[in-house]
Amino acid sequence: MDISTKNPEEAPPPTPEPAAAQKPAARGATRPGDRIFLGLSRGSGILLLVIMAAIAVFLTYRASLAISKDHANFLTTFEWNTGLVPPKFGIAVLAFGTVVSSIIAMVIAVPIAVAIALFTTHYAPRKLRGPVSYVIDLLAAVPSIVYGLWGALILVPHMVGLFGWLNDYFGWTGIFSWDQGAPRSMLTVGVLLAIMILPIITNVSREVFRQAPQMIEEAALALGATRWEVIRMAVIPFGRSGVISASMLGLGRALGETMAVATVLSPDFIIHASLLNPGGGTFAQNIASKFSEATPDGRDALIASGLVLFVITLLVNGAARLIIARRAEYSGANA
Amino acid sequence: MSNAVAAEKPASTLQGATLPTWSPYAIAGGSIVLAVLIGLVGSLDSKVQWGLIAAILFVIGTYVVAARIEGTRQAKDRIATSLVWVAFLLAVVPLVSLLWTTISRGVKVLDVYFLTHSMGVVGDTEPGGGIYHAIIGSLEQVGLATVIGAPIGVLTAIYLVEYGSGALSKAVTFFVDVMTGIPSIVAGLFILSLMLMWDMQPFGFAGSCALAILMMPVVVRSTEEMLKLVPNELREASLALGIPKWRTILKVVLPTAIGGITTGIMLSVARIAGETAPVLLLVFGNPFINNDPFHGAQASLPLYIYQQFAQSAGSGAAYDRAWAASLTLIAFVMILNLVARGIARWKAPKTGR
Repeated sequence: MDISTKNPEEAPPPTPEPAAAQKPAARGATRPGDRIFLGLSRGSGILLLVIMAAIAVFLTYRASLAISKDHANFLTTFEWNTGLVPPKFGIAVLAFGTVVSSIIAMVIAVPIAVAIALFTTHYAPRKLRGPVSYVIDLLAAVPSIVYGLWGALILVPHMVGLFGWLNDYFGWTGIFSWDQGAPRSMLTVGVLLAIMILPIITNVSREVFRQAPQMIEEAALALGATRWEVIRMAVIPFGRSGVISASMLGLGRALGETMAVATVLSPDFIIHASLLNPGGGTFAQNIASKFSEATPDGRDALIASGLVLFVITLLVNGAARLIIARRAEYSGANA
Repeated sequence: MSNAVAAEKPASTLQGATLPTWSPYAIAGGSIVLAVLIGLVGSLDSKVQWGLIAAILFVIGTYVVAARIEGTRQAKDRIATSLVWVAFLLAVVPLVSLLWTTISRGVKVLDVYFLTHSMGVVGDTEPGGGIYHAIIGSLEQVGLATVIGAPIGVLTAIYLVEYGSGALSKAVTFFVDVMTGIPSIVAGLFILSLMLMWDMQPFGFAGSCALAILMMPVVVRSTEEMLKLVPNELREASLALGIPKWRTILKVVLPTAIGGITTGIMLSVARIAGETAPVLLLVFGNPFINNDPFHGAQASLPLYIYQQFAQSAGSGAAYDRAWAASLTLIAFVMILNLVARGIARWKAPKTGR
């Protein structure tokens, strides 16, 4: 990452000429006021890049301190004992829990979010469209800690019935077996995360569906297609890449969510086959719950796990942005 | 009578038979009645199961009726419509439940005493106490974060829109996008690793720095959108009068877009005001009033909610306080949101759209 931030700093001076054609006086940095202002604004941009690089560098440095003291394999160990005399800790359970809870959230949230996006663009009565978008924005504005409190005190008791039902009919699969413990498990976490990432997926998908070419939709309607056929044949193919990147943005949120998981889950350091039995953990949740009693070495170990989370979310978000960017060029060429 | 209408329809050769407009309601009513009957006969006690049975009956009933009268294509269309409606209602349920619980439980202890007292002499499991220290902490941390984050964000956006070209602005655009997705706890860990370097103890301003990192990309994004809306003719007119570029930006471009920029900043403030994870790592929480964000641990509203929940061993008094603090926090965030939207509507640049 360091390399990619250094190169651009030297690059800009030779390039302004082409932009000067469309934008007025891009080379205007001649007067002292102009020079100061350009310096300030370019400095802020560079500062953002420096912060990103610094995050990577400092987390890597602290993480390397921790991993060098680790007397177990950092990637495959099923325990987190930073206080032992030879400290032993590993991220296997956390990686598993983070991925599983995010997958559950995606499985629940993506279809519902796409349906709501279609609802606001194609199904809702015109008068209802504004209020529906507002309701979704409200969902997005609620702080995550309030979701956590609601999840722990309201959602958890309400999951008992569903868990019993899943255990009765699907318990034989092993994934849905339940030992009647409090439902502070991965499935509950997944449901709560699904509610939390719903707004972002809905909002991005809605924007994409809104841009679907109206001519094609009307042509399909004129040929006698039903509304569903129009959506299946004209809207969804157009919006597919947008929905994928929206889902990945949602995935990024779900991977890094801290407080909602920390309040709902009752963690341990075992990988459970069942999604209904309490246990497991996620990167962010583990950091939040282990932090207050961590020794200095323990803090470095938590930073090491945070670095893994940082890299994962960086990859997911970067991929989502690249898909969006490619799509923008594609649609621009056809507009 | 409506049957007669339905029967008349096929007279047009261009359109097949259609169900009368009241048929969805009739099928819905029928399936609810059936579901209640099944529930009573099978003595299912969970109302959720009744609802599920009714929903499944409704979908099957719609499909069968529509497929017989209108054909399978129309039947599929009707199922898609009902599924989309169900999805919307599913999203409303948690929101209503969340707002209702927060309000109904929050008003129990929320009063002037609660807003003006700290937890200094109150045990975590005892009744009493308040959130004054947390409000002070939140205001100071979020305020300092805004003072750092907003100018940097706005200046970066100005660079991207007014000066930006070439590899640097491309890199900044990409990393701003990526930065939007940084988990809040990672921003907290970054500042924490800086603090470990110099062996510092938790204090409010450290939290502000992490919050500022979370705020910057949001401000950049929204400001960028707003600056792009400012018509180029305004810039050209100003430059043609011989006004330097920096004064053009300060006196022409920014005032035109100021409404949208303010909205973006307020929305990002609303976002960071609810962040708990970085505050937990960096500010640590403090039951006493600490007005100095640069020395010693402070409290903050979201952190207060978490600690009332986590450190109270299930005490009802602590849960009441947590709900009341949640209500305060939600009210603060919602008011910021509403005001921001109001400003956006009031000051929207007139672009002739």
